[in-house]
Amino acid sequence: MLKLPIYLDNNATTPMDPRVLEAMTPYFLEHFGNAASRNHPFGWEAEEAVDYAREQVAKLIGADPKEIIFTSGATEADNLGIKGVFEMYASKGNHIITATTEHKAVLDTCKHIEKMGGEVTYLQVDREGLINLKELEAAMKPTTILVAIMLANNEIGTIQPIREISAIARKHGALVFTDATQAVGKIPVDVNKDGIDLMAFTAHKMYGPKGVGALYVRRKNPRVKVTAQMDGGGHERGMRSGTLNVPGIVGLGKACELCMLDMEADTKRISKLRDKLENALLLLEEAYVNGSREHRLPHVSNISFKHVEGEGLLMGFNKNIALSSGSACTSASLEPSYVLKALGLGDDLAHSSLRFGLGRFTNEEQIDYTVKAISETVIKLREMSPLWEMYKEGIDLDTIEWAAH
Amino acid sequence: MAYSEKVIDHYQNPKNVGTLDKASKSVGTGLVGAPECGDVMRLQIEVDNATGMITDAKFKTFGCGSAIASSSLATEWLKGKSVDEALKIDNMAIVEELNLPPVKIHCSVLAEDAIKAAINDYRVKNGLEAIKFEESVIH
Repeated sequence: MLKLPIYLDNNATTPMDPRVLEAMTPYFLEHFGNAASRNHPFGWEAEEAVDYAREQVAKLIGADPKEIIFTSGATEADNLGIKGVFEMYASKGNHIITATTEHKAVLDTCKHIEKMGGEVTYLQVDREGLINLKELEAAMKPTTILVAIMLANNEIGTIQPIREISAIARKHGALVFTDATQAVGKIPVDVNKDGIDLMAFTAHKMYGPKGVGALYVRRKNPRVKVTAQMDGGGHERGMRSGTLNVPGIVGLGKACELCMLDMEADTKRISKLRDKLENALLLLEEAYVNGSREHRLPHVSNISFKHVEGEGLLMGFNKNIALSSGSACTSASLEPSYVLKALGLGDDLAHSSLRFGLGRFTNEEQIDYTVKAISETVIKLREMSPLWEMYKEGIDLDTIEWAAH
Repeated sequence: MAYSEKVIDHYQNPKNVGTLDKASKSVGTGLVGAPECGDVMRLQIEVDNATGMITDAKFKTFGCGSAIASSSLATEWLKGKSVDEALKIDNMAIVEELNLPPVKIHCSVLAEDAIKAAINDYRVKNGLEAIKFEESVIH
């Protein structure tokens, strides 16, 4: 039996895997100790659990457990990684290179750094959402201390060529930070092979709990340090103070372990469903995939349905299907998605987009239902759309002088 | 954001979706908004030249549910009104009827603008001067 509503917004957050919850529960109840309590069994148990989770996390990304700094999530890890490097390496330089399609947690951190006297270069992306490696190389300066490029984009799923990026950064003596929030647990990530020095990610995008994430900080070749952004008890090798969120960390660890175990099978199954969904929706006229179809996360699809507005489209089925739109009105701001605009999409296409995020618990029946509901709504709304009528009459919409609004 | 029941009803069962012959002298067409802004409304009225009464009204809208509902409601209100009465339709009446939240008031403004544009189109076609309206507040 198909259960409604269907959840297809896994880029926003994922449901917890019951196995993760099961692993966490004892650390809320009988094993409630503070991992920093060195003098009694409660503390020892908590510390042991944290150490174990640190190993699980490290293993997923090919790191050493000592290189994992637990945080409250990816936003904190982004802030700590970027601001921490900016402060720690101030004597080396003040220039950071990032891209226009980064998450706000990175972009706004970079804006903050500009206010603090830093210099930031924002690389443009191409139609597929990829940065240009030649432009990256050209942007490198003697003062460049950090290249901060996300591993995979949250709206379109485009995967950046991180190995090539880190090779360029290393050649010029800069560190590499990557926001891997959408990528870790979904695609293979190896900090050594990929040449990553700092990496932010979070549990709740990989079937773990909200409120816990991690910053990977390289300890060897080179040894990287970040300046703490919070003062306190000097936890996490002095880089992140604050009593450890033991149940959360246990959950993150378990989530990482499960992703490692299930990644291959999950990817195979989910990408097949994603392709089925995408191909079925592309049978509609004037439907376009946004971003790269080749360099893309296996569970993401972002599609524009021309001449239909995204929020109006969502309204046709959002009681039954949870999705997000890159369009205006959905968020508090009335602007269309800056990521889609960075791809060179016109505002009209950016206003007409839907983002699909499939996940471990998505099944074929849900995809079939979704294809049907969305196709029907698109057709119905196009019947109601003056733009569609003009398009069908062969009128070039670009030649119309729209009343400035 | 939760929509009001009235918005949902207009969205699911829009009234008077369609197209009137824009070449006809008795039809006035108003096309407002822009694709870049995420909403475009086309509102048309058919006027009985002898009585000055609006005998039919149709719309097509590209936009969110509130924009669709605002234009659907506007066509309902227009039918059976005289052109002069139609000029008095205020966007705030639409806001009230549909319980639009503040962030969606611009949809009602657009509907009011569309009514005025349609009336002016009709007037110009029939040798009358276009009425100069004050600029809408939200533009």
